Amino acid sequence: MNRFIRSGDPFIWVTGSALAFALLLVAGLLGLVLVSGLGFFWPRSMVEISLADGRKLAGSIEARERIPDPQSGKKTTGSWRFKLKQGNRDLYGSDFVWVDEKDVRERAYPKEIAVIERREWGAFHGRPLKVLEGETVVAEGVDRSWALLIQRLPAALSVYDQARRIEKDELGGINFKKEKIRLKRRSLELKGHSKGSALDALKAEEERLQKLFDKQMEALAALRGTVRTNVVFVSADGQEKQVALTNIVRAYRPNELSFFGRLGLYSSRLWEFVSEDPRESNTEGGVFPAIFGTVMMVFIMSLVVTPFGVLAAFYLREYARQGPFVSAVRIAVNNLAGVPSIVFGVFGLGFFVYIVGGSIDRLFFPEALPSPTYGTGGILWASLTLALLTVPVVIVATEEGLAAVPRGAREASLALGATKFETMWRVVLPAVFPSVLTGLILAMARAAGEVAPLMITGVVKLAPALPIDEFPPFFHLERKFMHLGFHIYDVGFQSPNVEAAQPMVYTTTILLLVVVVALNLTAIIVRNRLSKKLRTSGL
Amino acid sequence: MRTISPVKEKEAARIMSATETPAVRTSVAPRPQGTSQEGRHVIQIENFNFFYGSKQALTDIDLRIKERHVTAFIGPSGCGKSTLLRCLNRMNDLIDGIRMTGTITVEGQDIYAPGVDVVDIRKRLGMVFQKSNPFPKSIFENVVYGLRIQGVNNRAVLREACETSLKGAALWEEVKDRLDESALGLSGGQMQRLCIARALAVQPEVVLMDEPCSALDPIATAKIEELIFSLKEKFTIVIVTHNMQQAARVSDETGFFMLGKLVEFGKTDTIFTRPKEKMTEDYITGRFG
Repeated sequence: MNRFIRSGDPFIWVTGSALAFALLLVAGLLGLVLVSGLGFFWPRSMVEISLADGRKLAGSIEARERIPDPQSGKKTTGSWRFKLKQGNRDLYGSDFVWVDEKDVRERAYPKEIAVIERREWGAFHGRPLKVLEGETVVAEGVDRSWALLIQRLPAALSVYDQARRIEKDELGGINFKKEKIRLKRRSLELKGHSKGSALDALKAEEERLQKLFDKQMEALAALRGTVRTNVVFVSADGQEKQVALTNIVRAYRPNELSFFGRLGLYSSRLWEFVSEDPRESNTEGGVFPAIFGTVMMVFIMSLVVTPFGVLAAFYLREYARQGPFVSAVRIAVNNLAGVPSIVFGVFGLGFFVYIVGGSIDRLFFPEALPSPTYGTGGILWASLTLALLTVPVVIVATEEGLAAVPRGAREASLALGATKFETMWRVVLPAVFPSVLTGLILAMARAAGEVAPLMITGVVKLAPALPIDEFPPFFHLERKFMHLGFHIYDVGFQSPNVEAAQPMVYTTTILLLVVVVALNLTAIIVRNRLSKKLRTSGL
Repeated sequence: MRTISPVKEKEAARIMSATETPAVRTSVAPRPQGTSQEGRHVIQIENFNFFYGSKQALTDIDLRIKERHVTAFIGPSGCGKSTLLRCLNRMNDLIDGIRMTGTITVEGQDIYAPGVDVVDIRKRLGMVFQKSNPFPKSIFENVVYGLRIQGVNNRAVLREACETSLKGAALWEEVKDRLDESALGLSGGQMQRLCIARALAVQPEVVLMDEPCSALDPIATAKIEELIFSLKEKFTIVIVTHNMQQAARVSDETGFFMLGKLVEFGKTDTIFTRPKEKMTEDYITGRFG
């Protein structure tokens, strides 16, 4: 026995199983997230069921389970129930319903039953009855109405897109300029000018903008007037519902779709998810602003944290006299990485937002007060807070890199008449660059996944505008932003429609993982290219 | 002052005119005609003591190094020969807690006098290390590193300096077609010769070699020794070596160190055939060390 242990074989098994266990956990996590998340966009078949009490429902079966015993709570009873996504929230009050299988009299999979994804109230499950143009009926009957609906939908969608572009870009731009003029007037008033040519010019400009605004509003109304089509649908239990064509995002009949048809629909919904704004308090639509906010925040953080961390590490390793004090500083820096992130959040709120931001507001934006410009959470403050959180990682990685630069390289440079600074600039810095990027990769991975400090320094559930847009100065770092991590929390736990939002939690999780991996891959590729380049050519 | 070959003088003049910095050293002061075989003394070490903290590493060293001669320092490990070599271009300054007394003068200038530019000293006394330490850059960039530090950026000047130095280090033929490849792809012996070329490129007065062959195989060692022999034409060379045969082969004068003291110093022939001190004889004949 003793010999068996000493041979080392059991140790190989122990170490191997530890690794296998860790891999299993990771694979399980990824598997769960991928299966639960990616299945969400797959169009499931619609079943129309008749219940014993005469009710009829149409929807897709999302889950099935044994009915738990009401006394013990154990799932040992012989009967089953399933969760039906019945849609028609405006008619039934909720998207989902549990149905006992013993109550089901009949199941049918009619081809003509349709899913209508609407901008409000979620999906409608049912059949089209007739199509109205204004007040006149232009098509009647299920098939004819459906054909006309499908034919007219693209035009309606494009009108909707145009209208939204006018709202966002034209009207948004005019409002942005108007707000700027208001602030200019206010700042002139604060300086004591109550009359004068400057004020008059501003007033004239404001009037001109107001006229422009009215004109755009008219154009918008006219545009919306071009689509006056309404469709009357009937649900499985015979309730009628009139839906404006412009209110429809997507319409399809899942039961008649081929595999490729479903695949097309799947990719279309997936694309909507990554490229569109959210709808219905984040439970539908896309998460593009959250992706954008996450990536931009990580970039700003990287821009701040890299120089700071590298400079601090250089001082600590190259200039500071090594001794107990420097050792203490080093330990403190390492421990800083272990401080709970919410502590950094509180510091960010107290220092960046209130003190720094408040001072900036008083000094540079007094005209906007009492509403704060920088004195409230924003992407800049969130990024700086995260930079503070991750700077120890960069310092530690850079220090390790500096320690690994061979003494011979430094001596060679010094012996050739280079000063210490020249040696660091030309020999040490290039040699340490891969280590810096390694530190940055770790920092980015941590920053992209951090939520707690962001919640109090600038993340919001729904940001009205991206931090970058086409209005000067283009970068609006004071703006609040959306973040994938916070989005998961918000959708999963703050949503009014938890069951509908549940799959969104998984899909958003996947997306967050993808973003983190993509950011890391970028940094790794940059690192490898740089270190290759530094090997073959001079700086 | 050493003579400069016509080619070298031309090149030096070009570098001077191209950069207008006097940083590239060319010793053009008139050189006394008919220098005797004995040569002038470039480096004079007088009553030199050196301490690492409280530990005395060198005791009362008095030594003169002749121009365009090869001077070898031999002795057992820890005898202070490398320390002395590194004192000659003040590389020991990098170590905390050092202290010294006495003087070292190079061309009459006390290199430890206050106000002396260390960087300038290191330019004048090039160094080749025990472990070859090329930068992770191209061969070309390695050779011209010192010139770039001095602010020379003219490509043509750098090219010419690179060629001259590589030829001087007997490496040109082997690498002339791959100057832009990484220096880390060279063999150990080639790397060491590259380091010599790199030291030559800044045109030092003295080349200090700290056991330059200790990590090389016999063939590469023979090449370096040959090179040292030819470099003697233009440069003053100080070499630290563990290998007594090497000292006997390449050097003109030899100093034997023991426990931080210079036991004996004289012509290599004399040291190896008729040493005055018993200790030297014991060491050379391999009775200890």
